[in-house]
Amino acid sequence: MATTTATGRSAAERAAELNVIARKQRSLWRDALYRLLRNRAAILGLAVIVLAAIIAILAPFIAPYDPLKVDTKFNQLEPVWTGSKYTNPAYPLGTDQLGRDILSRLMWAARVSMVVGFIPTTMVFAIGIAVGLSAGYFGGWVDQGLMRLTDIVYAFPDFLFVLIIVASFRNSAFGNLLGGLVLIFAAVAIVGWIGIARLTRGQVLALKEREFVEAARAIGAGPTRIMTKHLLPNALAPLIVTAAFAVPGAIIGEATLSFLGVGIKPPTPSWGAMINEGFIGFSANPWAVLLPAICISIVMLAFTFVGDGLRDALDPRMKS
Amino acid sequence: MPLLEVNDLHTQFFTRDGVVRAVDGVSFHLDQGETLGLVGESGCGKSVTALSLMRLIPQPPGKIVKGSISFDGQDVLKMDDDDVRSIRGNNIAMIFQDPMTSLNPVLTISRQISEALELHMKLDKGEARKRTIELLELVGIPSAKKRVDDYPHQFSGGMRQRVMIAMALSCQPKLILADEPTTALDVTIQAQILELLKGLAKEFRTAFILITHDLGVVAGMTQRIHVMYAGRIVEKADTGELFANPKMPYTWGLLRSIPRLDESRKAKLVPIEGLPPDLIAPPPGCKFEPRCQYRRDICREKEPDLTPVPNAKPDHEARCWGTQNVPGGGWLMDTDWRREVGDTRVLEEIKQEAASETSTDAPGE
Amino acid sequence: MLQYTIRRLLLMIPTLFFVAALTFGLAKAAPGSPFDRNPDRPPSAQTMERLNRYYGLDKPVHEQFFLWLGNMAKLDLGSSLVSNRPIADILGRGFPITAQLGLQALLLALAVSLPLGVISALRQNTLVDYGSLFFATIGTTIPSFVIALFFIYVFGVWLRWLPFVGWGSPQHMIMPTIILSLGSAAFLTRITRASMLEAIRQDYVRTARSKGLREQVVIVGHVLKNAMIPVATILGPAAAGLITGSFIIESLFSVPGIGREYIRGIVANDYPLIMATTLLYAFFIVVANLSVDLVYGMLDPRIKVGK
Repeated sequence: MATTTATGRSAAERAAELNVIARKQRSLWRDALYRLLRNRAAILGLAVIVLAAIIAILAPFIAPYDPLKVDTKFNQLEPVWTGSKYTNPAYPLGTDQLGRDILSRLMWAARVSMVVGFIPTTMVFAIGIAVGLSAGYFGGWVDQGLMRLTDIVYAFPDFLFVLIIVASFRNSAFGNLLGGLVLIFAAVAIVGWIGIARLTRGQVLALKEREFVEAARAIGAGPTRIMTKHLLPNALAPLIVTAAFAVPGAIIGEATLSFLGVGIKPPTPSWGAMINEGFIGFSANPWAVLLPAICISIVMLAFTFVGDGLRDALDPRMKS
Repeated sequence: MPLLEVNDLHTQFFTRDGVVRAVDGVSFHLDQGETLGLVGESGCGKSVTALSLMRLIPQPPGKIVKGSISFDGQDVLKMDDDDVRSIRGNNIAMIFQDPMTSLNPVLTISRQISEALELHMKLDKGEARKRTIELLELVGIPSAKKRVDDYPHQFSGGMRQRVMIAMALSCQPKLILADEPTTALDVTIQAQILELLKGLAKEFRTAFILITHDLGVVAGMTQRIHVMYAGRIVEKADTGELFANPKMPYTWGLLRSIPRLDESRKAKLVPIEGLPPDLIAPPPGCKFEPRCQYRRDICREKEPDLTPVPNAKPDHEARCWGTQNVPGGGWLMDTDWRREVGDTRVLEEIKQEAASETSTDAPGE
Repeated sequence: MLQYTIRRLLLMIPTLFFVAALTFGLAKAAPGSPFDRNPDRPPSAQTMERLNRYYGLDKPVHEQFFLWLGNMAKLDLGSSLVSNRPIADILGRGFPITAQLGLQALLLALAVSLPLGVISALRQNTLVDYGSLFFATIGTTIPSFVIALFFIYVFGVWLRWLPFVGWGSPQHMIMPTIILSLGSAAFLTRITRASMLEAIRQDYVRTARSKGLREQVVIVGHVLKNAMIPVATILGPAAAGLITGSFIIESLFSVPGIGREYIRGIVANDYPLIMATTLLYAFFIVVANLSVDLVYGMLDPRIKVGK
């Protein structure tokens, strides 16, 4: 804690310093943006994600068929480019074993992936940042509790916890909301916030002893203001990078759960569920499985490019 | 025949921004058992010179592009890799700046010293270990027998530098290169380490080159001093002569920035204004001209050679138009640097230049 | 060292207790009884009561928990609700297969990633380096079961070189082992490369060179030992990753190991099986982390394991 004399003397100086830091920071973000825009892989990845998001939003309007419409006359059709006799130009990417149009299902499945990628990640960050900020700033029992919890949770893979939670509730009314989507949100959020809280806490602990925080305190800023206006903006860079990798992580989680048959409930289309359903007929029509697999791969690579780009842009020192 | 003769050495680093001329035409020599100080600000090419002598310049980006280094009659730059390795640690040993990071944290002290003994002296493991303990005792490590199997982190900074000295002495080299050996240490430890180095070098009749940014450090340590600036030697003299009769304004600057206990409080510490030049695109004339408060037009136009100083000891040389008997030069021949503050107008100019340089540099990059 | 090991062993207990409580709590919190699986033919109230009493489900929750925990400790794992077979039996049969698959994958991952990471660091910005970076990116980005699908398509369906259902012959093991190792191999390659690059530019490497050591000696004797320390710390998470990977890979390739039984149990709401298996996994992960920490203590003398 600063003594009163030190505070009185240096308040003006420190405020000036604060100003300098604020200005420098803005140019820091501009620099980061500039670096990101020069990264071709990241821009390509961003374009792919935007495209996937547009398809997801417009799926009800651009999908040629109802993704749930069963047409047993035309089941197990192959994509047109295979040139086999089991193709039909009306179904350019073929149909699954129930005769549902694969192109339409892929488009609708993009909705599940995008929603699963972004919504739980938002919840994870809201909870994690709030807990991490208060644990780092105030210490005390919040901090103690958080640290004990992370010690235990960190020993195990997140996916194991998600799986246990999903396994426990998938037959409840809650587990049936939106075809199981809400349960997946909840499971990802419950497990995910802990890591974010720990990261935020570490950042806050490192930052809170710095002069600009002390200066803010000296000019009478309250804890909320210090946390939101001074600590958070400075702790943001690693959090953004983590978020960029958390989104694809959640998408993989959903795809894996659905692939294992415990995620999105049929008939709702999701890429993982499509692989699960099509796998029985893999030898007969591999494309029903390969197409959603390709979609997952492309979206995952896109997110990785953006994440790597963001990391390099925000912290050039982290570049390997 | 001198032990070491360096002639017109040029070491450059090829970076994305251009060629950094880190060492640009350095020549000097050293006799058996002789001691030499290489002095200058950081970034003036002292360390690169030392690393070049052992061919330890990381390549790429670095490369010795020109010159010759003759050690014990052999040209180091013409040797194949095996021959160079047989010299490293064996005939020329090096002591690095930071003993915290220069010792391998996961190997015992015994391992790190014995390694060279086994390699060059062909000792077996037992003999090497025995010799290691002797060396540790020699450099003043208490209960060396017990501590020989410790790891570096179990030693203090000063003790680690003693270990480095033991390592350098292990194969009784003819030359030790000590690169800022005390910079990373506490002031109280510095003197002890320097005394140790000096005493042992004398005992073993080992020549050494002491590299430092601090003229105060070399004062009692070496017989001769070479002052370096911007990859060049700018003044050469015996230690006594250099302190008594320095000629190059850069050397004056270095001397003014040494705190002295014996002088009156009025003698202020005066920093050298400005920064060393960019070694990618150095100024065309004298490299020190932009920061020199005694500069004249000739300094900007043409770079002076390193030439003997008139009215001084015979091997005193300086790279300064002010001390050379040429048309337009020689205006510093009789200047007494102790009384001289220099032309205050020029000093102001330099301050302003330096200030504007830093302020235009900062926001852009 | 012994003292440290004992203390670490004791610290395993609260961690395992937490996982046990969590698993048990979630199983209890889940709505419905484990016996009303079939909504069309709900069991009679009398049957329910008998079943509940038989499984001890009529007791208070905390009593049930300690009863169950006690049984687990005695290795009395109960029986599967679905097949009625003793769970110890199911796990006992699957364990050797899962262990073999996991060990093969771990060894393969190490055998590929360490040399690849080291070579790509020593030959930075060469073709080898770009190749291994590409491998590391793909392997850490795309989930293993998705990569497995492409493998199955190419080697199983199209070329028909390898079987992709079942376990037993060496041919059956090739694809599951490779796919399971892929994620860890990619991750370890990335870590090894980064760690080597970090170690190789340290001052002590220059010191080693200044002693006149041959470059191979410098790399093996000085750089590698330092570079392996961060890699060793990653082995714990890598082992845990192999365990979660094994659920997926075993289900995909119909490998009759614990992982497939676990997923089957989850799909069928076989609570006793899920709980026992989760605890078993937790135990393995905790042991893996412990052994990695002990190895780490041996590799890095700066870590004082004795105190």
